[in-house]
Amino acid sequence: MAEAISAFWTQYGDLLLVGLRDTLVMTFVSTFFAYVIGLPLGVLVNITQPHGIWPRKWVNRILGWIINVGRSLPFIILMIAVMGFTKLLVGTKIGVRGAIPPLVISAAPFIARMVETSLAEVDGGVVEAAQSMGASVPQVVTKVYLPEAKPSLILGASISLITILGYTAIAGAIGSGGLGDLAVRYGYQRYIPSMLWTTVILIIVLVQIIQTVFSWLSTKVDKRLR
Amino acid sequence: MAEPIIQIQHLNKTFGEGPTAVHALDDINLEIMAGEIFGIIGLSGAGKSTLVRCMNLLERPTAGTVLFNGQDITKLKTRELREARHAISMIFQSFNLLMQRTALDNICFPLELIGVKRAEAVKKARELLKIVGLEDKEKAYPAQMSGGQKQRVAIARALATDPKVLLCDEATSALDPNTTLSILALLQELNQKLGVTVVVITHQMNVIEEICHRVAILDGGVVAEQGAVADIFADPKTDIGRQLVYPNGVRIDKLPPAHVIRVAFNGGSSYEPLIASLAIDLGIKANILGADTRNIDGKAFGTMLLGLPESQAEAARAIEYIRSQPNVTVEEVPDHG
Ligand SMILES: Nc1ncnc2c1ncn2[C@@H]1O[C@H](COP(=O)(O)OP(=O)(O)OP(=O)(O)O)[C@@H](O)[C@H]1O
Ligand SMILES: [Mg+2]
Repeated sequence: MAEAISAFWTQYGDLLLVGLRDTLVMTFVSTFFAYVIGLPLGVLVNITQPHGIWPRKWVNRILGWIINVGRSLPFIILMIAVMGFTKLLVGTKIGVRGAIPPLVISAAPFIARMVETSLAEVDGGVVEAAQSMGASVPQVVTKVYLPEAKPSLILGASISLITILGYTAIAGAIGSGGLGDLAVRYGYQRYIPSMLWTTVILIIVLVQIIQTVFSWLSTKVDKRLR
Repeated sequence: MAEPIIQIQHLNKTFGEGPTAVHALDDINLEIMAGEIFGIIGLSGAGKSTLVRCMNLLERPTAGTVLFNGQDITKLKTRELREARHAISMIFQSFNLLMQRTALDNICFPLELIGVKRAEAVKKARELLKIVGLEDKEKAYPAQMSGGQKQRVAIARALATDPKVLLCDEATSALDPNTTLSILALLQELNQKLGVTVVVITHQMNVIEEICHRVAILDGGVVAEQGAVADIFADPKTDIGRQLVYPNGVRIDKLPPAHVIRVAFNGGSSYEPLIASLAIDLGIKANILGADTRNIDGKAFGTMLLGLPESQAEAARAIEYIRSQPNVTVEEVPDHG
């Protein structure tokens, strides 16, 4: 058994490490940029709704529509559809770099909805109290909504990361690299079950680590729980 | 108490449109004087919250004007209104503290909004914590504090920008009677020491009785009556006034023609011993005509209507005796029957 493992590692270890690294890079970099777009979008959708702190009917409708369209496109189709744009932006359609733009485009609307939901959990009374003290719209967002929603936003971030991790595996199927790519090329096409299962186990472990760390962090920052 | 600080003129507020519209406020006219404690009382749904929220424009009136220091705040631009709000603070039934901030940082919050430097804000917040009696809770989060403590933090926060007016919407309704009394005492102290005008919204008559100078009774969106608290208590003119002043809305025209007094308990010893000692010490038998009292930790809260003997002298002695008890107020019920 030990020998078999050692032989397996000698043959595929480097491949797996590179795959793992590519998956991590794709996941975290894409999540980061998806938040750069999704966070302001989610905040805007929340505050522009009819009873929000900055009601703007049409802004709200248009943003809501964009988010819904973005969310209803299956990732694999979106990835192919935006390939021209990807090439323009990062100079390649494939590899880790080529995977990041479609991952960001696909995750941003999802993240916007998560952020919107997290902000909706903030007690309206607190928002009203801030307004009664003369807080401006940006002040309510930065000093009330975001800090008060922090534990929920952190939990949301773990869901986003895990979802994007899942997308990277799909991206792997069309040549982006990472663990998904290994699973397809070695596990499926060359039929090496040990490669298939190793990648599966690695992804499970990654998901577990992300979930545990973020749950812990969310509880740690939440001052309501003591 | 010379100058009016808030003047409400022909204020109307309608929620919604068409057949489902709710006319929450209908032609309200009020003047709140600088330095007074003004009470607004009414049953649930009378429009109290709507009225007080119109005073800082958390709610936009449908019609009418709201003058603050003579200036119509309904005409202010967004930025000007935000500035005006530094002078009109508000506290709430549910405290509305920032749950992720410590007591100290909650109090710093309104100062941050106007760009006060951190060190200065902290200094001010510490002073305020001291005023509300919570020096030792500086680092506590709202989740670690009792309701009364949270309301004290909220009061300190409301005072941070040195407001002229403090609006209190059911600020004690979520608190037990003892804590209510301590918060009311604090509001009274702030009114006297800092000269801040206090507007108290409540459905509890004892809150009005305890601290207010003048009161308006709101009923179905209109002001049923308003005046000095002593006058309204002594002689409520409207049905709603009587319903609020007398326990369980006793119909005073149905009371016996003899002397009837209204006794309000504000945390003194419970009422049975009072009735008993009246009989033992003075030999006077009082007749309980109506009561709405609760005993909490051996202390009585609420009001009671007592029928006294016909004899003028005996009744006067009884009133004198009850008046001398701690935490009890007495008024004669005039011209009934
Ligand atoms: N945002 C709103 N939309 C529609 N109707 C409202 C709204 N706010 C208040 N109302 C209605 O206006 C009336 C007055 O409500 P308000 O909250 O001012 O009463 P209140 O005297 O404060 O009652 P309570 O003692 O229960 O707090 C009620 O009929 C209420 O249903
Ligand atoms: Mg109310």
